[in-house]
Amino acid sequence: MPHQNTGVPRSVAPGPAADEGLARRLKALACTAPLHDLDVRKANLAGEYSTYAMAEVALAAIDLVTLTMDFDTGADHDQIVARLQPRVAAQAPRRPAEEHERVARWVLENLINVGSVDRGFRAVYGTFGTDGAYVRRDYDFKLVEEVPGPGGSVYLRTTDEAVNVLVGALDTDVTSAQIAAEVKLEVLINRGRLADAQLAAEQARYRTVQYAETLRRALEATRRDVRAVDWLRAVPDMINEALDHVADRYRHENAILTNIRKARDEATDPEHKRRAAELVDIVKDCIRRHTQLQSRLLEAGPLFRAEQDRQAFATPAARAGLDLYGQLLAPVLPLAVERASRVTDAFFARGAGLRTPPAVRVGDLVEALLTPPLEREHLGAEMPEPDLVATPEDSRFSEAQLEAALELLDLPHDAPRRLSGLLAEARRGDPELPYLVALLAVHAASPPVGTAYRQGEQRLLFAVDDGAQLDDPEFGGADLIVGAALLDAAGMAQERTVENTAGKNEGHRE
Amino acid sequence: MDDGETLAPAQEPEADRPAAVTPADAADAARLVACGLQPKLLPARDAEYAELIRRHRDDPAFARLADAVAAGLGLVVLEVSPRAGMAVAAAEDSVFAVRMGDYSRRAASDSSDRFLHGLAHLAVAAMAFPRPADLADDGYIGRITVNGVDAFVRQACRRLEERAEEQGENSDPASDAPGLEAAWRVYARRSATGATKDARRLAGSTTGIVGKAVAFLVDSGFLQRTGDEAGGTYRTTARYQLQVRDLAGSAAMAELLDLGVVPVGDGSASLLPPVGGEELDLVAEAGLPFHGS
Repeated sequence: MPHQNTGVPRSVAPGPAADEGLARRLKALACTAPLHDLDVRKANLAGEYSTYAMAEVALAAIDLVTLTMDFDTGADHDQIVARLQPRVAAQAPRRPAEEHERVARWVLENLINVGSVDRGFRAVYGTFGTDGAYVRRDYDFKLVEEVPGPGGSVYLRTTDEAVNVLVGALDTDVTSAQIAAEVKLEVLINRGRLADAQLAAEQARYRTVQYAETLRRALEATRRDVRAVDWLRAVPDMINEALDHVADRYRHENAILTNIRKARDEATDPEHKRRAAELVDIVKDCIRRHTQLQSRLLEAGPLFRAEQDRQAFATPAARAGLDLYGQLLAPVLPLAVERASRVTDAFFARGAGLRTPPAVRVGDLVEALLTPPLEREHLGAEMPEPDLVATPEDSRFSEAQLEAALELLDLPHDAPRRLSGLLAEARRGDPELPYLVALLAVHAASPPVGTAYRQGEQRLLFAVDDGAQLDDPEFGGADLIVGAALLDAAGMAQERTVENTAGKNEGHRE
Repeated sequence: MDDGETLAPAQEPEADRPAAVTPADAADAARLVACGLQPKLLPARDAEYAELIRRHRDDPAFARLADAVAAGLGLVVLEVSPRAGMAVAAAEDSVFAVRMGDYSRRAASDSSDRFLHGLAHLAVAAMAFPRPADLADDGYIGRITVNGVDAFVRQACRRLEERAEEQGENSDPASDAPGLEAAWRVYARRSATGATKDARRLAGSTTGIVGKAVAFLVDSGFLQRTGDEAGGTYRTTARYQLQVRDLAGSAAMAELLDLGVVPVGDGSASLLPPVGGEELDLVAEAGLPFHGS
């Protein structure tokens, strides 16, 4: 860019390499712009928001999304907002919680850039072309993007640009960067420098996530079309590499875990102890991610075989057709959009189908226009009056039988009786009655004391099993002792008035 | 006029002198075309339609009459069969043709939206019939999901992006010439989805655009919805296969050839690299931009 000022740009235009480096740095700079922009624009918000450090919240949000990104989905929008709130609240503890949530939401929505149709950012930068001409170019990027999740939900993922903004200089070889971080971590732990170790462990975790993301994309492509993927070399190599990686990291991290646990348990300094505990969590999370990655890798082989059976061994068609992807879609994508549109327009015009145009008669139109609009009832359509029919009495026992049974069970409080005797007596009057008596006796085995207590009953039927066997032609089981207990109604009533104020729930359980 | 000639009984050379075409025959022929204009109507579900289809097959005079009615209405007859019914497509200037402006208001004004909507239709077809054999096989039923189509195109775009990066190309478009932006880039930078206030799909997102395309194709009788997973799952109908194979695919191909982009294929499945660059040396038969090396 400084060459512009010399007045002879053509002759002193920088070499392509220097220019490219400049462009790269300009792009890196552009990625941070949305964060600075937040602090600039917070003044425009209705309300007093200057106390909030928006860039800090934004970085924390990117951090959270990156760490919550899972193998299948991304981070949940609301969850991120919720987890951002403590930090926002710490910045302005006296403000209401709603404001904290509003700030967290505002930051996240601005990172997604909800207002734009692309939901992304654009920066303009200039480069010198091969002919020395200065060209302004658009650089489009996203920081947090929305991806479809299962069941139509929307999840958040951080883009590579965002990860680069977050940890910096991450676009190196993932595997080697991870090894470096692990080695560094071990050294740091051995020297007891836990603060640095935590930083290294966190970086290692970002790389793990990045690695999983790369693999996820590749596996997704495998699932879609088996022929598209080189299953002879490329994919098996990739899977083996990833499995080796998982095995290696797993061993490594377990060793680290043992080390830090020791550090955690032996540490005397509470700060030291806390850091070690945090490290344990981070490494555990790394291990969890590796395990997840491994199970995906093991699924890939069977998936390929199943898809191959389905796709490759089908009987070949008699005639060859048009290769829609290879001959149409793939050649269209690299074209300039103006030219590509001609092809897609042609496909659309012939491929979308037909629509029958509506034909309206004037008579119908007049009628339709003059018909008053149908009032939409606020309460919905009127319910038809239900036609009630008296159902026939289908109780097994009649009122008279119940009375007879209750009379039989109206025992004096000091003379309980065996169930066998009661059944025999009931059977003498009515062959059905013993069933009712038995039923009532069984209910009495778990008497509704609480209800009786609340209702102020004076007596309560109870049944106790003392181990005696019932000898009866119709029933089996325990020969219960059935009796009546007198309840102290007056005392209970008094107690209730006291208790009602204290614990209402006590009466339910008794 | 062609129909005038075919209608004249004197022109029928058949030995057993078929009966002259009556107004009732014309009404039946028109009714058959009318059935064809209802793309969701299937002969298997409608006895009268099935009878008209049978008559079209067995009675050449009636078949010519029905075809003439269709031609007069500006329709192209793709096939008349019990499985597809009378599959008709709108000729270019027909009143039945769908215009992009009616399809999407944004597409009429915004060139990148126009491209994305068209591309969505092409991608749905490519995903529904991933192999040339699938398009040729009458019994093939394609299955697609909205998210699957989006991921498929995105993958292709990503591959082109990586390729551009490997070659050190600067794919960022010049600010004053948006029309020269690479097509894949337009798709790649549009977000895949987006949260909206009312939990609907964001219309401007790529899944929103693909979703609109499949919904439209359902109304055209080209797809049938089978489930809600992955943004909606769909299966193809015989009509869709006919439409793509006999009409849309070749029309788009002709346009592409007109741009001088693709050498003429020999009908086999091999994918030849486009003229003017090695930027797309995909492996033969590749359904996706995954590479042999």
